Amino acid sequence: MIASLTPTTTWYLVLAAVLFGIGTVGVLVRRNPLVMFMCIELMLNAVNLSFVALAKRLGDIGGQTTVFFVMVDAAAEVVVGLGIIVAIMRRRPGATADDISVLKG
Amino acid sequence: MEFVVFVLASAMILVGAVGVIVRSHPVHAALSLILTLFGVAVLFVAQEAHFLAVVQVIVYAGAIVVLFLFVIMLLGVDRTEDITAEPFRIQRPLAAIVGVGVVGLVVASVVAARNALALRGDGLSIAEETGDHDSNIRQLARSIFGDYVVAFEITSVLLVVAVVGTVVLTRRMRSSDDSSTGSKAKGA
Amino acid sequence: MLDLVWLIPALPLAGFFIILVFGRLLGEPKAGIVATAMTAGSFLVTAGVFFDLLSRDESERHHVESLFSWIPVGSLSIDLAFLADPLSITMALFVTGIGSLIHLYAIGYMHGDPKFSKFFLYLNLFVFSMLMLVLGENLLVTFLGWEGVGTCSYFLISFWHTRDSAATAGKKAFVTNRVGDWGVMMGMFLAFGAVGTLSYEGLNHAAEDGALSAVTATAIALMLFIGACGKSAQLPLYIWLPDAMEGPTPVSALIHAATMVTAGVFLMTRVNPVLEVAFDWAPTLIAIVGVATALFAATIAVAQTDIKKVLAYSTVSQLGFMFLAVGSGAYVAAIFHMVTHAFFKALLFLGSGSVIHGMHHEQDMRKMGALRFLMPVTAMTFIIGWLAIAGVPPFAGFWSKDEILLFAFAKSPILYVVGMVTALLTAYYMTRQVIMVFFGEARWKDRSEENGAHGDHEPHESPATMLFPLVVLAGLSIVGGLIQLPFSKDLHFLEKWLHPVVEFGEADIHSSWAYENKYLLLLVAAVVALAGIGASVLVYAQNRIRPIEPEILAEGWYYDKAITGFMGGKGRDAFDAVATVDNRVVDGAVNGVATLVQRTAGTLRRTQSGAVRTYAAGVGIGVLALLIWFFLRGVVL
Repeated sequence: MIASLTPTTTWYLVLAAVLFGIGTVGVLVRRNPLVMFMCIELMLNAVNLSFVALAKRLGDIGGQTTVFFVMVDAAAEVVVGLGIIVAIMRRRPGATADDISVLKG
Repeated sequence: MEFVVFVLASAMILVGAVGVIVRSHPVHAALSLILTLFGVAVLFVAQEAHFLAVVQVIVYAGAIVVLFLFVIMLLGVDRTEDITAEPFRIQRPLAAIVGVGVVGLVVASVVAARNALALRGDGLSIAEETGDHDSNIRQLARSIFGDYVVAFEITSVLLVVAVVGTVVLTRRMRSSDDSSTGSKAKGA
Repeated sequence: MLDLVWLIPALPLAGFFIILVFGRLLGEPKAGIVATAMTAGSFLVTAGVFFDLLSRDESERHHVESLFSWIPVGSLSIDLAFLADPLSITMALFVTGIGSLIHLYAIGYMHGDPKFSKFFLYLNLFVFSMLMLVLGENLLVTFLGWEGVGTCSYFLISFWHTRDSAATAGKKAFVTNRVGDWGVMMGMFLAFGAVGTLSYEGLNHAAEDGALSAVTATAIALMLFIGACGKSAQLPLYIWLPDAMEGPTPVSALIHAATMVTAGVFLMTRVNPVLEVAFDWAPTLIAIVGVATALFAATIAVAQTDIKKVLAYSTVSQLGFMFLAVGSGAYVAAIFHMVTHAFFKALLFLGSGSVIHGMHHEQDMRKMGALRFLMPVTAMTFIIGWLAIAGVPPFAGFWSKDEILLFAFAKSPILYVVGMVTALLTAYYMTRQVIMVFFGEARWKDRSEENGAHGDHEPHESPATMLFPLVVLAGLSIVGGLIQLPFSKDLHFLEKWLHPVVEFGEADIHSSWAYENKYLLLLVAAVVALAGIGASVLVYAQNRIRPIEPEILAEGWYYDKAITGFMGGKGRDAFDAVATVDNRVVDGAVNGVATLVQRTAGTLRRTQSGAVRTYAAGVGIGVLALLIWFFLRGVVL
């Protein structure tokens, strides 16, 4: 029966990979800076998922510790990132990522 | 049973992820993100990472996404973005290539290396085995405050720096208004 | 005394700097006196070195004085060094000696010229360069002097630069010399490549020891000969010398008679061992070029009307004799003739300068005549010079010319015959000149109406500063032959003196027919000289025969015109083509690199779009590439 199949570590890793890929495509395609940021969060989550799966498989709690730290860093990153976005958006309301191109060569 | 859980959680995750990248309204995207985060939390539980699952829901879904929504509302970036337009013509094919390529390669690697994964650590302490309901937290705490205590301390410095930095970044130069946002410290 | 040999070129160099700084202050005549004093001082030092060398044994007459290491680069080590040996000191003696006399003469000749001190500036620089040339221990020091004399020649020929013809003549001299200089440079490169050193000692020893292959030696010798052709005005490259008469007469006397033009002969004599081990046809070629030039120039001299042009072509002709000697292996004879020629040619030029000065700068011989009454000293000395060059015994020219013809006969009777014909013509045209200038009717008297201001003045004798050198040189022309009389071995002073330098290359003609009958040939030479004089007297003095002066000879067989035409026309087109290649290809390549860089940068600049998403795409591609690599390494391999 299908229900007797147990998801192995491989399944989790594959899922994490797919989630990562979706996040990557999102970063590259979307222009709204906030949505781009959200896609980055997707990628981070994919990584977290794979860490946790491997922690279980390899029996090493270090994987979960890593996820802990990743979450803390993600929070700090969001704080700073949103601060930057706010600072930019105040000057140019309605700007997209493509409009911030002052460093154009 | 685990199979069903996995399938349902995966469905949540994938639907949410696709929703984030497809929805033109940023608030819709944020809500899709929440869906994904919940799915990930479910899978955390399935992988005996109970504490992390809780942290995921509280911090990620509960604080970070809420922060996103605050900014969306504050700045009025809730106008829908025109998804059909793409100024750089090569960008979408490139994104497709990169996405498919990365996914494909990682999946191929994982599948090829599936037999290399073997138990090597001390093993996770699972509640059913030890009889202790807090076994996961205990083990995690021992790891964080034991092996990785330096990283822990540095991370706290990082948080302070992030907060201070953001306050500085978002200060309005002309007046000393209090209307800076996004500067709530986390973790307590 | 020998270690003071560096003083010899240093004194004229000091004179140059003194006049450079103080020239205008010193003015006339002090600038001239300083210059003359420096050159005379140089002569005294040379005489001292000469006696020092004389007091030594023959094998020890070789002193190298190295001032400093000039070019120490890798395996190339060239010192600024002087070589005091019989050949170089002989050259230095007459360069400084005649140089001093001409400096003295010039004080009188250039009187009143606004650029008086500049003249002596250049003269001293010239003497310095010439001394570097002859005293050089290696080809590079000689080349330094070689180029220096070429440059000074340019300065001095175009001294009166406001005259178009003078400026052009100066340029022509320099450019033609440059063609020859290419030959010298090629010779130097070949010498260094073959032997690894540029010093004469190294090169000559290599030749003597057989370390130099015949091919290499021929190549070196002929390349140096090309340089000699340029500097010593031999057949393809002689065209600058007649035009060089635009310069003041002391310049013509010093540079274009006595010293610079002999540099080519000197160079060939210096490397005589190399010429000796070259293929046999190389010296023969040199002899042929020499004697052909001699004949060619002599035929042209017959029809010239300018007093200095006659002497110019005569110089080309006499230099041809010297190269005939070099080609016949008669190096001693070549140097002998060089010395005697320096005496009488300088005398003739200075004498002609005196005539020009007295005739108020009239140079056309057809407007002269019967000047011996009004300019007796000039006439007397000029006549002595005439007898010397015509080859009348016992004057100096007779002995030296005869010596050359002796060796020429031993090499090939044809060379001898051509040489004899040239000697005949030499006597003929020189007599013609003497008659036209000093004898006959006073044709200048008739022109008094034509000449306006000129007509009121009578020609006058020149001042003592100009006459003194004439007298000294006349004396030398009389007794100069004593250094190498053919009558007995004991009288071969010059040969004994030069022996260590030329022993390897000197031809041995003791067993030839010519040597055994040398007194007969001596007599023939005397007869031919007198015949030439006699014929000329018949034509010009007694008007018994009509003069043969066809235009083709007066125009120098149209050789010069042909070259000018070619250079202006087809030659110029060829040069323009080369210049275009240089502009398009070479410059184009260099500029092309710059343009390429610019275009590439311009294209690459577009990657800096400023948009974050493109950068993210770049990162994504990089990640993909890394993953592929890891995948290949980890999974596939």
